[in-house]
Amino acid sequence: MTNAVSTTRTRSTVPILLGAALLLASLAIAYLATSHIAKGPDDSPLKVLGRWIPFILEGFTLNILMSVLAMILATVSGIGLGFLQISNAVIIRQPARFVTRVFRNSPWLVILFAIMLMVPFEITLPHFGTVMIPGWVKATIGFTLPVMANIAELLRGAVASIPTGQWESAESLAFSRMQTMRHVILPQCIRRMLPGWMNWFALLTLMTPIAAILGVNEALGNTQAAMESAGSSPDLLIPFYLFLMSIFFIFIYPVSVWTKRLERRFAAT
Amino acid sequence: MLEFTAPLFLALQQTTGLNFSPFFDEYDLGRLMTGVQTSLLLILCVLAVSLVVGLLGAAAQRSRFWVLRFLVATYIAVFRNTPPVVQLLFFYFGLGAFTPQVDMGGWYEPMISSFGWAVIALGIFGGSYNVEIFRAGIEAVPKATSEATEALAFSPMQTFVHVTMPLALRFSLPALASNLISLAKTTSIAYVIAVPEMTYALSGVWNDRLNVGEMMTLLFVYYIAVVAIISVIMGQLEKRLSVPGLGK
Repeated sequence: MTNAVSTTRTRSTVPILLGAALLLASLAIAYLATSHIAKGPDDSPLKVLGRWIPFILEGFTLNILMSVLAMILATVSGIGLGFLQISNAVIIRQPARFVTRVFRNSPWLVILFAIMLMVPFEITLPHFGTVMIPGWVKATIGFTLPVMANIAELLRGAVASIPTGQWESAESLAFSRMQTMRHVILPQCIRRMLPGWMNWFALLTLMTPIAAILGVNEALGNTQAAMESAGSSPDLLIPFYLFLMSIFFIFIYPVSVWTKRLERRFAAT
Repeated sequence: MLEFTAPLFLALQQTTGLNFSPFFDEYDLGRLMTGVQTSLLLILCVLAVSLVVGLLGAAAQRSRFWVLRFLVATYIAVFRNTPPVVQLLFFYFGLGAFTPQVDMGGWYEPMISSFGWAVIALGIFGGSYNVEIFRAGIEAVPKATSEATEALAFSPMQTFVHVTMPLALRFSLPALASNLISLAKTTSIAYVIAVPEMTYALSGVWNDRLNVGEMMTLLFVYYIAVVAIISVIMGQLEKRLSVPGLGK
């Protein structure tokens, strides 16, 4: 018994200590790099990195914007698609399953290519005239589709994991299918879906840099542009890419630690 | 193969405008074939590396030395919480710039090709998920089994090799299947370092022929087929390895 308690304690403190250590390390690098900016142009890779940090962080805000927007869109559409998947009518259920399967089984990059290249870059609306669609908006749509399909699957899985007895007892209380869904099944599903939902947010954010391949000026695109303007010296590669990895780490690591904690709590009850 | 498909797909293009050029143009067929071969080989190598890394990591996690355990924990935390594309670029450009060059008789080539770096980077990335999956599998083995082997005078090593590991592998198969599938899909990001796999090969075709829609359809079909193959293999494996009295 005491053994079990101590292992859970170490397991929950180790990630936090680790996160703190890595955070401190990257802050130290950032401080070392930025403390010399005032002295003007310099050749040391860290100082070059220091000058470009604001530019890279500016790109990173676009990563966060894209991932948050895509997550909101994916949650709304994914829950809709999930309901279609568990519909009683075959004619609704089958197409919904097909859509889910296509978007779950294709790589992010392929879906992104499809949206970026096949959606027009400007559309003509009846009242607004011609509207340009910026690349990052299209990329957001491209990131939404795979997450949508996976959230639909999460919902389907969560509904399927509710014991049949719940449906039967609701039926014996004269609940309609709609009422059972709303008052009995869904409240239990939200709890079960939450860790998976957060996991998908983390995965989505980690995939946003692939938008750089198609010319969106997010963190990766800006990092590569910065290295090019700073003379494309090979010395720059390691510090720049390490910095990029650490800003993603600082943003995503707390999310994944929290997800794990929720998973453990829900598994225990 | 071309003589059978060419008339059909040329007719399709004339009647509907759908341009599936790899099925009637020899050069595009060559690109498609290179893409399929490279992609399948890449998937195979990446999955193999990730499994080896996963097993080694899971073994190291059970080590008595806390340094080793801490290193594995750091490895998992770093690789699971940073973008795989950036990891790939970091390996290829960051570390690739410092690997020795090989004299190819007049020009120099890096010792590790872009394909090699893709295998290393994606294998290590996928391995970080496999470590956790194997660990969960090992933890799921009931404690009673090790008590039973102790009663039969097995050494800890014998218990691990003959009892714990075979059971743990079976427990981790479902989670392993879904991770291997997602890893196989992730190999498409090797595009960024110009590994001529399927996505890269077909992007070459649509850049020349402007048949984006048709090539996209081909890509979707290809990846759905790959996913189907992996899930069938894993399903078969699960069935073949099933032990009476375990699971459903």
